[in-house]
Amino acid sequence: MSSPEALLLTTGLSRAFGGLVAVDSVSLQLDPATIHAVIGPNGAGKSTLVNLLAGEVKPSSGSIRLRGEDITGWKPDRIARRGVARTFQHTNVFPDFTVFENCRLAAQSRNVHLMRWLKPAESYREWNDAARSAMAMADLGARAGVPAHSLSHGERRALEIAMSLATAPAVLLLDEPLAGMGAEESIRIVALLKRLSADHSILLIEHDMDAVFALADRLTVMVNGAVLASGSPNAIRANAEVQAAYLGADVPMTAL
Amino acid sequence: MADPEHPRRSTVSDRVITWWLVLGILALAIFPAIAEQFYLQLITKIMILSIFALSLDLLVGYAGLVSLGHAAFFGVAAYTLALAAPASDPPNLWLTLPLALATSAVIALVIGALVIRTAGVYFIMATLAFAQMVYYFFHDTRLAGGSDGIYVNSRPSLEIGSIDLAQDLHFYYLVLAALAGVFILLGIVLRSPFGRALQGIKANEQRMRALGYPTLRYKLAAFVLAGTLAGLAGYLAAAKEGYVNPELLAWHQSGMVLVMLILGGMGTLFGAVIGAFSYVLLQEWFSNLTKHWQLLMGSFIVLAVLVLPRGLAGLGRSIALRRRLSASRDDVEP
Repeated sequence: MSSPEALLLTTGLSRAFGGLVAVDSVSLQLDPATIHAVIGPNGAGKSTLVNLLAGEVKPSSGSIRLRGEDITGWKPDRIARRGVARTFQHTNVFPDFTVFENCRLAAQSRNVHLMRWLKPAESYREWNDAARSAMAMADLGARAGVPAHSLSHGERRALEIAMSLATAPAVLLLDEPLAGMGAEESIRIVALLKRLSADHSILLIEHDMDAVFALADRLTVMVNGAVLASGSPNAIRANAEVQAAYLGADVPMTAL
Repeated sequence: MADPEHPRRSTVSDRVITWWLVLGILALAIFPAIAEQFYLQLITKIMILSIFALSLDLLVGYAGLVSLGHAAFFGVAAYTLALAAPASDPPNLWLTLPLALATSAVIALVIGALVIRTAGVYFIMATLAFAQMVYYFFHDTRLAGGSDGIYVNSRPSLEIGSIDLAQDLHFYYLVLAALAGVFILLGIVLRSPFGRALQGIKANEQRMRALGYPTLRYKLAAFVLAGTLAGLAGYLAAAKEGYVNPELLAWHQSGMVLVMLILGGMGTLFGAVIGAFSYVLLQEWFSNLTKHWQLLMGSFIVLAVLVLPRGLAGLGRSIALRRRLSASRDDVEP
């Protein structure tokens, strides 16, 4: 299943917590400029998969390759600097910093020289510019000076994405970016992800099936840590096994 | 309105801080003209402790690393001066000061490399344990007089013009210059990319790692910088008192500087200085009132922590903030 243009490729990726196999031999491929959605009922191992790819959790076995380079077992910061950005299922921003500073700090992470001690952080134009364009992309330009804790929930989710964008990533790992959002906010984020997919590879974990089928170029269905099916949205829609799995679980799959 | 407490402060607030800084330095510079010898020495001591508290503030207030072993670096530098000083001649400041700072930095690098992976209460215990090791090294070996300590026979010499650090007035101005220098240096470092990264790590280390920051290296660099600046304070303390003993490295000393910081307010540079001043001045005042001054001191600190969770520095700020809020109540939030 490996192909030369694969940006991110996992082979037999597994992680067990004690006796529980949270991610079971997952092989999955993320191509350039595509949205690859991973769906599945709660407890299917989707978040653990993101944590494995981001280096937050070490795999028990299997490998992860980024542009052909083996990054299995790398620390999260090293993976991030190599171009893999992630967002968290539970909003994870710097609440007391302004929106701008959240994004500026994210942009600064592209250049972690320990010895930059003298010039003010705001005097580095490239980081300011990266922060501003990330804010603009996520529709947060008007909120630059506001501390993140006074943003609405939807705006904070958007800020998560903006922070990832400020790091100029090649791969975006988005863990339920629409969680807890109202319909109107969801539409805006879906539009943002659509725009981003032109030049980013996005691994999207999401429960909102309308959004998933509106966005995904490719779908992987996980159940109990393992891949049940993987393919184009139409193929997944028609897959009898997937339907059975979803009908068996409590998760309504209205879009199917 | 930009939040004045956090990165990307408004320029107004920066200007206010600069004014207070200039005012503070001026007041301390004029002070000797009106002060008796006793108070000159007292303020010298307080300014040295202010440097010590500022150095700890970098760790506790800005990097979120609560150290209970900060006295180790203070004491090691003090001992370096005592051991490096020639028997009769005054030690040359330009040789002994860099040596003392380097010693503190190296000890901080070694201890830091071993403790920086721990967090929270484990970090507190690990720093305490290593500092106690350094304490017992000086306490139980004959290297530097053991528990009796040793004398520094004369103050360091600066070798510039007619400056004579043996005179308390000259020494006072040296300490004032060091305090102002450390304050300004930390102010600059904290707004640099390095300082911003530290504040991000304090706020949310996991997020910083996910962004790509090698957070341990940043914390270690902060630990070494803080240890080196504590060494500056220790060097000046040894030069001032002309005497060092193991109590300079004891955990009481680490605890005292932490209490100063809590009293004055962590995470602000003024808080560290205000904390050092109020702690020592209250100690003076209470010990004149009663010999059970520690009882009063303890009560005051408990009260201060309960009433002023952001320390004495937070008091002035919340008053200023409230005034500004009521003045700009009609302003539209951006």
